[in-house]
Amino acid sequence: MAKKTTKKSNETGWEYAPSLESIGHIDLKESYDLFIDGKWVKPSSGKYFETINPANEKVLAKVAHANEEDVDRAVKAARKAYDTVWSKMPASERAKYIFRIARLMQERARELSVIETLDAGKSIRESRDIDVPLACNHFFYYAGWADKLEYAFPIRDFEPLGVAGQIIPWNFPLLMAAWKIAPALAAGNTVVLKPAETTPLTALKLAEIIELSGLPPGVVNIVTGFGDTGAAIVEHPEVNKVAFTGSTAVGKHIQRAVAGTDKKVTLELGGKSSNIIFEDAPIDQAVEGIVNGIFFNQGHVCCAGSRLFVQESVADLVVRKLKQRMDSLYVGDPLDKNTDIGAINSKEQLEVINKYIKIGIEEGAEMYQPNCEIPSKGYFCKPTLFSNVAQSNVIAQEEIFGPVLTIQTFRTVDEVIQKANNSPYGLAAGVWTDKGSRIFNLTSKLRAGVVWANTYNKFDPASPFGGYKESGFGREGGLHGLRAYVKLK
Amino acid sequence: MQGLKMVLNMIDLTTLEGKDTPGKVKQMCYKAQHLHDAYTGLPTVAAVCVYPSMVGVARKELKGNIVKIASVSTAFPSGQAPMSVKLEDTRFAVSEGADEIDMVISRGKFLAGEYNFVFDEIAAIKEACGKARLKVILETGELSTLDNVRRASDIAIHAGADFIKTSTGKIQPAATMQVTYTMLMAIRDHYDRTGIMIGMKPAGGISTSKLALHNLVMVKEVLGNQWLSNEWFRFGASSLANDVLMQIMKTETGLYQSPDYFSMD
Repeated sequence: MAKKTTKKSNETGWEYAPSLESIGHIDLKESYDLFIDGKWVKPSSGKYFETINPANEKVLAKVAHANEEDVDRAVKAARKAYDTVWSKMPASERAKYIFRIARLMQERARELSVIETLDAGKSIRESRDIDVPLACNHFFYYAGWADKLEYAFPIRDFEPLGVAGQIIPWNFPLLMAAWKIAPALAAGNTVVLKPAETTPLTALKLAEIIELSGLPPGVVNIVTGFGDTGAAIVEHPEVNKVAFTGSTAVGKHIQRAVAGTDKKVTLELGGKSSNIIFEDAPIDQAVEGIVNGIFFNQGHVCCAGSRLFVQESVADLVVRKLKQRMDSLYVGDPLDKNTDIGAINSKEQLEVINKYIKIGIEEGAEMYQPNCEIPSKGYFCKPTLFSNVAQSNVIAQEEIFGPVLTIQTFRTVDEVIQKANNSPYGLAAGVWTDKGSRIFNLTSKLRAGVVWANTYNKFDPASPFGGYKESGFGREGGLHGLRAYVKLK
Repeated sequence: MQGLKMVLNMIDLTTLEGKDTPGKVKQMCYKAQHLHDAYTGLPTVAAVCVYPSMVGVARKELKGNIVKIASVSTAFPSGQAPMSVKLEDTRFAVSEGADEIDMVISRGKFLAGEYNFVFDEIAAIKEACGKARLKVILETGELSTLDNVRRASDIAIHAGADFIKTSTGKIQPAATMQVTYTMLMAIRDHYDRTGIMIGMKPAGGISTSKLALHNLVMVKEVLGNQWLSNEWFRFGASSLANDVLMQIMKTETGLYQSPDYFSMD
């Protein structure tokens, strides 16, 4: 927490001064239009909505609300760009544009990370050290593939799909845009992208960067809006591919909407991922992994390690150390470099989290929250731990998408595999043990798209990411990520 | 600023060279009490750290002073001497007036897996210390893995160390942040189990204010505010003090001053 106390500290106390990242260097307009066909155009409805800073509830900018007509213009622009320019261009030329976007993003990394923090509420340390560099790396990585696709799909003929409609969530706004746009462009598709309504700003800054890069008009179109805008993209007949990251409920809706069409779909949905600590694990390291697994980005992570399983022989120790570690987390101003846990993304999400915390208490689980102060303005939630939890508890079954962890204990390897798999989700899992053989045993038996061994929430552009079961299908990142954007003949 | 002053007050101002003379030690003892008289309100350092043969000199210089005298012992820095010599070394230093004894463990025995030997040796030296506080130097640069650092820390703590210390300063790498963090964890686990506080002294390689503050942050985050005093945390350093003084003056005046304005003792 940003301890802005003026309290004179005595010999036994030492407070850190706030270390605020400056915001003087960012360039934000009062209002943003839609980025269609290489131009900034006003929404046909004339409607704009406000995007706010969740850490202080102040309005950052007004953003256009695209309707069906605007989406139609964007899709038509993308279609035209696909037919006349992008699909005809030599792949090596396409690569140059993508590299250029990556470099321009790097040049503006500081501005992008500050805007990300302002708009999304995530701590500046995370947006500066994780979101923005990873987003740049995705562009670099896929730029490298663009003219080497024949090695990605050896002995197969392939062609791009055409126009990709992409809808991204609010938890990693710029990073998700990169995950979606970079492979689509590298494989030769054109794009209509809709950022989330609470976090549209970095996608719009990316549009400015794309404009600056000289990318041919219409190759990337960015339309802002709400669910109706997303629905218009999904339902548009000229969209060849739908890529969605977000909630399982919306994912199911999209699946229904595209049924009977020949649209290709990839869905990256919710999760209730397990993080499993065995008795031989390096406990202190595992505690850091637990903290990183669930409190990273305020728990707004689809693969958050929200179900902790601890072997009974070390359960007391792990819980004690975890509580101690939670006590040292700083919750507060996301712009403060001391902050570990920033603001919850929106009022709605804070209400959802609080609803689940209430359910947890009502279910009789034992709650622990550190005794830290949280700012009075803005949307904040203390890191929360529920012990004495069973698989049957609602809080152990449903995705909370906040800094709320449930702890269960287990006795044997088979038992924990069963429990970990006993979920409609299957996005990720973490395994903490000193034994290599145990790691391999679990990675083959856990039904999760990603299994981390002695680490958690580790991402790399070369590594595919995606889910089992109701966590979605298709993979993003790596070679596998390209597969979702080509038709193999 | 508060952090910087805290650092000054935690320094064990050290000279451990074959060429140490009474003159050198006298000068250092004066510096220990008068870090930078051009600026008032500065604390003294925590202690001076010298060879046993220099303890008498330091005692004379620091008579009745709050600056403590630490003496290395047990055939520092190698520790390659028979037990009787090590005990005599320690008793001599204490009798000359050392408040604190910085002993080295037998790394050779440790690496050979003779943990009992290492334990017994520390326990025996502790007994020889009498009222003097015992700092146990693990010489982590020779232990090679963090697992070993942790094991050696646990042995030292259980054998009666009042402080655990990273290095002699003669071997690289010395007090890296990873090593210090590992040792702080050992201290924390011991405290959680028993409620007994053990002190920590990183030594060697910490020569800038920034690095020193990094260390203080680690202590605060791992062990908490109660460890933030020279009773429980020390820096073993010779050149750190002047860098801290320079930063303090910079904070005060807004300008960096030439190193020539800071005395070298």
